[in-house]
Amino acid sequence: MSQTITIDPVTRLEGHGKVTIQLNSKGEVEDAHFHVTQVRGFEKFSEGRPFYEMPGLMARICGICPVSHLVASAKACEAIMSVRIPHTAAQLRRMLNLAQMVQSHALSFFHLSSPDLLLGMDADPATRHIFGVAAARPELGRAGIGLRRFGQHIIELLGRKRIHSGWVIPGGVTEPLSSAHRDEILAMIPEAYANLKLALTAYKQIASNFQQEIEVFANFPSHYLGLINEDESIEFTDGALRFIDPQGEIVEDDITANHFSEVFGEAAESYSYTKFVYYKPLGYPQGCYRVGPLARLNIVKQMGTPLADKELAEFKQIAEGPVESSFHYHHARLIEALYGIEKIERILADPLILDTHVRASAGVNRLEGAGQIEAPRGTLVHNYKVDENGKIVWANLVVATGHNNRAMDRGVLQASKAYVKDGKFTEGALNRVEAVVRTFDPCLSCSTHAFGQMPLVLSLVSSNGEVLDRLVR
Amino acid sequence: MTDAVEVKTLIIDDQEVSARRGQTILEVAREHDIHIPTLCHVEGLSNVGACRLCLVEIKGSNKLLPACVATVFEGMEVVTNSERLRRHRRTILELLFAERNHICSVCVSNGHCELQTLAQEQGLTHVRMPYRNPQLSVDASHDRFTADHNRCILCTRCVRVCAEIEGAHVWDVMGRGINSIVITDLHQDWGSSTCTRCGKCVQVCPTGALFEKSKIGTDNPKNPDFLPYLNLMREAR
Repeated sequence: MSQTITIDPVTRLEGHGKVTIQLNSKGEVEDAHFHVTQVRGFEKFSEGRPFYEMPGLMARICGICPVSHLVASAKACEAIMSVRIPHTAAQLRRMLNLAQMVQSHALSFFHLSSPDLLLGMDADPATRHIFGVAAARPELGRAGIGLRRFGQHIIELLGRKRIHSGWVIPGGVTEPLSSAHRDEILAMIPEAYANLKLALTAYKQIASNFQQEIEVFANFPSHYLGLINEDESIEFTDGALRFIDPQGEIVEDDITANHFSEVFGEAAESYSYTKFVYYKPLGYPQGCYRVGPLARLNIVKQMGTPLADKELAEFKQIAEGPVESSFHYHHARLIEALYGIEKIERILADPLILDTHVRASAGVNRLEGAGQIEAPRGTLVHNYKVDENGKIVWANLVVATGHNNRAMDRGVLQASKAYVKDGKFTEGALNRVEAVVRTFDPCLSCSTHAFGQMPLVLSLVSSNGEVLDRLVR
Repeated sequence: MTDAVEVKTLIIDDQEVSARRGQTILEVAREHDIHIPTLCHVEGLSNVGACRLCLVEIKGSNKLLPACVATVFEGMEVVTNSERLRRHRRTILELLFAERNHICSVCVSNGHCELQTLAQEQGLTHVRMPYRNPQLSVDASHDRFTADHNRCILCTRCVRVCAEIEGAHVWDVMGRGINSIVITDLHQDWGSSTCTRCGKCVQVCPTGALFEKSKIGTDNPKNPDFLPYLNLMREAR
């Protein structure tokens, strides 16, 4: 008799998802899926709105990464306007995007995943949360909160608000940076470096304790996609996309936002509201791939800043070709956060950073436009079509979680096979299956932050619907 | 020989004040720094008493009167702020919010909207009526401005400024009751209407219903203060 194990909701994620594990009559794992159970409808209800309202509207998709949607949306609008934004505006937006990357990575590493990493996958769920980390390792708890504050405060200094700022608009930004705010950001940088160093040191100390997890946490060859600069350094806001194969060879390069939909398709499965993005020449599901920190670090040859480059060289030692285990997303995330701090410092040294020309203006010059950036968790593409008056007639968003959807599915199956034996599972096994999803830091809608008290239910259900076993946290 | 100014004395909120004959309660209150909330009223345009937010209590009468159009009389006793008035004002605001689609967080006028400011000032924390969520059109045919009927509260400021100040009378109201809508010319697209492109209607619009294209949020303050100046200049001629 076949059985199904359901983990609903998966905790310590941004959004609401569940995992189902199907067992065959022998109690062996046969299949497993990660389900995104919400539908948001932004693409549909934005129809009819003037295109220049889109950044503000789209930012509301997410409270963790509103900046990603703001910037990607503004870039799509600028493609419709056919304008190039002023240099200072581009630099300020780059800094905003990096600040968000640092705060989001801090959130993912410290608040969501460090309880598993620092306290252990089998630690008591009652204390397996950020407060547990703060109690056991106070210096790391403080570092996590400090790093997140660093990123959030920069966002506030630039855009007046930490969340859902209206500062980014089609054509640039509404206000230039003041010298007082520049100095305030510069003053925060030494502490950010110190906090990041603490995190990297702690991670390297404990990473070797997770050999088994590294083996089975979505550890398989795959293609990777990410933005890259012409000098093959990492890029989050501009540049073009590069697609590499499991050996690290370039399959397709210089993919601009306008050509994205020619190269990548989206498939739908009945069990998830999130679409599955694939590389068209390989078809679905063979053409599925990974994005995000791991993919970006696998793609680039250099970070472009000295400290991060040193860390990248160490990271590249993990494997000869691309690093395959999704467990290493955590490591990649910290390296990117380090890069973020270095790059923000560099941007602030730009002699034109206080320039007051931060906005270009134009009307509708093209009826379609697309913008792509790297959100903290991976590539984000906004694509709009407008009528001659600039009203949206069609919108499509390809989000990072969609790119990673298939890999998360496969990762959940791989971990389930390793940790669910003979139809039996423990709380620690359940947490490991969830932890696979957490490595990707998916953003399902950014509403869920569970600190041990989330009503996590794992049930073993027979094929006729009878609940055979039940574990409640 | 000029007529002597006829002075009326009255009490507003326990304060004895004097006024000229023919002055409205609102004018007198403002001359004495007594705050009465308004929405359809704007300095420099005629008053229509449409929004009813300026309702005040008059001693000796059960009827509430709109301060923007009610004129003063000798011995009048006016109360501008009572629990009854606050309740009515909140209800009026709730009805405005429920009638069309006012989503402040993604509105172009967020932070510069008179409806939003009034709701905050009157302590409006929630709307008790079900939202109607009508599907109204957005007219983006004008090369400089956009009209979003979802955010219109039918205050008719645009109609009045266009007729009384600009002298073009492009804007008017079509339909009756809840189906009313402001239109340009005989319900043509704004872009193909006889609009003179002066932008006065945009500046006096209290919400994000009329706005300049490509200007959003913190970027979009409105400046209706030009009206008294224009009137002054016109009178001086």
